Amino acid sequence: MSVTIPSSTRIPDRVWPDQNQGAPDYLRNSRGIMSWIYTLDHKRIGVMYLCGILASFLLGGIMAILVRTELLTPGPTVMTADTYNHMFTLHGAIMTFLFIIPSIPAALGNFILPMMLGAKDVAFPRMNLASWYLWVFGAVFLIGSMALNGLDTGWTFYTPYSTTTNSSVIAATLGVFILGFSSIFTGINFIATVHTMRPKGMTWFRMPLFLWSLYSTAIIQVLATPVLGITLLLLIAERALGIGVFDPELGGDPVLYQHFFWFYSHPAVYIMILPAMGLISELISTFSRTPIFGYRFMCYSAVAIAFLGFLVWGHHMFTSESPMAAVIFSALTFSVSIPSGIKIFNWLATLYRGSISLTTPMCFALSFMLLFTIGGLTGLFLGALATDIHLHDTYFVVAHFHYVMMGGTLMAFLGGLFYWWPKLFGKMYSEFWGRISCFIIFVGFNWTFFPQFLLGYQGMPRRYFNYEEKYQFLHVTSSTGAFFMGIGLFISAGVLIHSLLKGRRAPDNPWGAATLEWQTSSPPPLHNFTDDPIVTEPYAVAEFELEPDTGNYIRTEEAQPRNQLVETSP
Amino acid sequence: MPAVFAEVSSWMPRASTAAEQVDWVFGLILGICMVFAIGIFGALVVFVVRYRRRDRSPATRATHHNTWLELAWTVIPAILLAVIFVAGLTGFIQLSTPPEGAYEIKVNGKKWVWAFQYENGYIDDTLHVPVDRPVVLTMTSDDVIHSMYIPAFRLKRDVIPGRYTKLWFEATEAGTFDLFCAEYCGTKHSDMISTVTVHPPGEFDRWLATASNFLETMSPAEAGRTLYKRRGCAQCHSVDGSRMVGPSFYQSFGTTAGLDDGTSVTVNENYIRESILEPQTKARAGYQKVMPTYQGQLKDAEIDAIIEYIKTLK
Ligand code: HEC
Ligand code: HEM
Ligand SMILES: [Cu+2]
Ligand SMILES: [Cu+2]
Repeated sequence: MSVTIPSSTRIPDRVWPDQNQGAPDYLRNSRGIMSWIYTLDHKRIGVMYLCGILASFLLGGIMAILVRTELLTPGPTVMTADTYNHMFTLHGAIMTFLFIIPSIPAALGNFILPMMLGAKDVAFPRMNLASWYLWVFGAVFLIGSMALNGLDTGWTFYTPYSTTTNSSVIAATLGVFILGFSSIFTGINFIATVHTMRPKGMTWFRMPLFLWSLYSTAIIQVLATPVLGITLLLLIAERALGIGVFDPELGGDPVLYQHFFWFYSHPAVYIMILPAMGLISELISTFSRTPIFGYRFMCYSAVAIAFLGFLVWGHHMFTSESPMAAVIFSALTFSVSIPSGIKIFNWLATLYRGSISLTTPMCFALSFMLLFTIGGLTGLFLGALATDIHLHDTYFVVAHFHYVMMGGTLMAFLGGLFYWWPKLFGKMYSEFWGRISCFIIFVGFNWTFFPQFLLGYQGMPRRYFNYEEKYQFLHVTSSTGAFFMGIGLFISAGVLIHSLLKGRRAPDNPWGAATLEWQTSSPPPLHNFTDDPIVTEPYAVAEFELEPDTGNYIRTEEAQPRNQLVETSP
Repeated sequence: MPAVFAEVSSWMPRASTAAEQVDWVFGLILGICMVFAIGIFGALVVFVVRYRRRDRSPATRATHHNTWLELAWTVIPAILLAVIFVAGLTGFIQLSTPPEGAYEIKVNGKKWVWAFQYENGYIDDTLHVPVDRPVVLTMTSDDVIHSMYIPAFRLKRDVIPGRYTKLWFEATEAGTFDLFCAEYCGTKHSDMISTVTVHPPGEFDRWLATASNFLETMSPAEAGRTLYKRRGCAQCHSVDGSRMVGPSFYQSFGTTAGLDDGTSVTVNENYIRESILEPQTKARAGYQKVMPTYQGQLKDAEIDAIIEYIKTLK
């Protein structure tokens, strides 16, 4: 483990050259609560987002644990059926709208995107701050619905149930509506930033894949989220004024709602997974000390996924729509799994003859690869018509989307958090405990969700408070796994908190990555770079060598002149 | 692989022609997935072990892309996906076209009971079908979307208000299997379950004849109790005095009940009859007006039977 420095070596606070030239870093350049509330610094906004989404994750996680506890027995265990319905609804809504969608783009992306690009900030810093406050505002409405009459529609808000239930659907949908704008603002900002703020030398095909994926994601955010907004407004109008678009008694069509909803929500699953894929490319390349394999294919597949993702929404309605539509949507669904497959193979090829170090972020990246593969492959059972008719709305679907969203996006998010943590806060953490936590989460995850594939195949419907006794064994197994995974997540949190309090000072480039955010100090100064960064190939990791006594990676002597040369050629 | 799969799927009955189709496609996809999963996981583990970083050795891979290789792992999966698509399609087309002359049963879903109406007009809360004969369910919902799901048949179809949807199958095995509501529909979604009984040859007609005759074969109170259970009254009215969505029937007959307009009424034959046919005219104070009307759905004799049953709950 060459990256971890034996704990016996004391590292003096700064022996590597001070890249800030004495300027204070972004955390210390101004003080007081006001300097955070009104900040326009993308890094501080990123940190605030990080706090917000981690709090949401905790809340959603507590609900998940309550749901799993309830399912320990076939009958009522710790709550009533109504409470259970509120729990799983808010769990889903919080995890999707407050956690997963903003997790990588709005928290990590906000922090990293401008630095990775070599820019001082995003294109519209005020809009960036507005997007954060919209998030807070949306969260207040969504979580506030709990304090009113709760929410029991499922995160999908299907009509006519959502237009007739007496829970606080309007408050919650308003919340999601506002969160949509937060997401649109981030998207617009990222698109404008990538187009206009690239420094000299940063050509499109020198952009790290994380930027490509954030860019593709931003396009989906901007194009798809308005549809969600309109749909939710229609839903609110339907509930408040009875306009009848979705109400069969007034000549409307309840299935139309599902079309509108999934027209956003299927692309939204790519809002969740694309940034994760980009992030994983960074981790795998850095920790294999070799460029990503098939860089161009990876760029194109990110864009292909963003595009194809718009065409497959109907696969959520195989059991409600006409057979003809189902056939077309099934065919399109398969087409979108091809670019996902390409990515898996390219990551594998990147590992081949690399020099792999199993740091905490890399452990999460490898977990991602395993879990995402299972998630993607099980999507094939759902995309095929005959089998989906059986598996739709069972625990099989629940397992599938947890494998892709939790096993995929959450694992990538944690990997990214551990990867950029030294950059964010200038502190290292315990590799040993980081890896232990990753291992527990990985085992706990499979323990929780693999049994759900079997449950689903055996016909256990989702969103069931009571269930037949024959399913109990698998439910108990799944719940036990969830508790175990919870322990792993708490250890992860402990590792990071410990690092904040007691962590060793982080060097500027502890992993030897070649992307630009590592060419400034940890944590970075207010304007990110004191000197214009040298733009090189994003995956020229081989040019960096570890200085054993500092734990910092620096560009090797031989590499220096070549870069200057590269830089002057346009 | 098929052998392993046969083992795995023996966990649950496979009781319709569709089930065989679906399991076949499932097995095919599972096989393809296993090949990919083993390949990918194997490569990952081997690479991580084999190329683990030691002594800060640099990476040794010289090439960073290879167009032919990349095309290969785009095109080969694409072909396999096409195979899966076609397999899924063939099964599906059969599932979605009911054959001529199938035996028709009308299905009504409402929160949170199923009502199955047979050819002779008889309504039951369980599904009964003959074996080896195509049956088509013509389904609609009174309130929100439900979904008819019979795992042993591997079939599911949404039940949507304002539309008729159809689901057809041919049962191949006699026995009693689960029937679930698969689309979330509120508080008792998970209790909106019933059974499907597949009758051996010749027995279905006999069952239907006896079952439809219950008003004659049972005492009125017993028939009332049957109706109370079958027709969904039990979802909202208890018979042990506990308060549910609606008032309990326990010891209610002969008492005086307060109405929401401030007046009161004695619970007698006429009031009960009126409550069933026009529930909103005299609504009880303190309850939501959610009782559906049973106008045209319960025959006079059936209402009488229910009244007799309520009388016995002392
Ligand atoms: C969706 C729930 C629901 C179902 C199903 C339902 N009821 Fe009711 N019922 C109510 C509610 C609520 C009230 C009280 C409000 C009212 O009178 O409209 C009520 C009132 C009544 C009353 C008046 C009782 C009294 O003491 O005042 C009778 C009798 C009755 N229902 C019979 C039936 C019968 C018979 C069935 C089945 C065929 C049935 N209900 C099905 C909800 C329901
Ligand atoms: C790799 C290819 C994938 C395929 C072929 C695929 C296919 C499907 C299909 C057909 C369904 C509908 C199942 C049903 O309801 O019957 C589904 C559900 C779902 N998928 Fe995927 N999927 C894939 C990847 C993903 C990814 C990457 C994500 C998110 C990160 C995702 C998230 C979801 C979610 C959230 C649902 C269920 C939503 C709900 O009903 O609540 N899927 N998938
Ligand atoms: Cu989808
Ligand atoms: Cu239901």
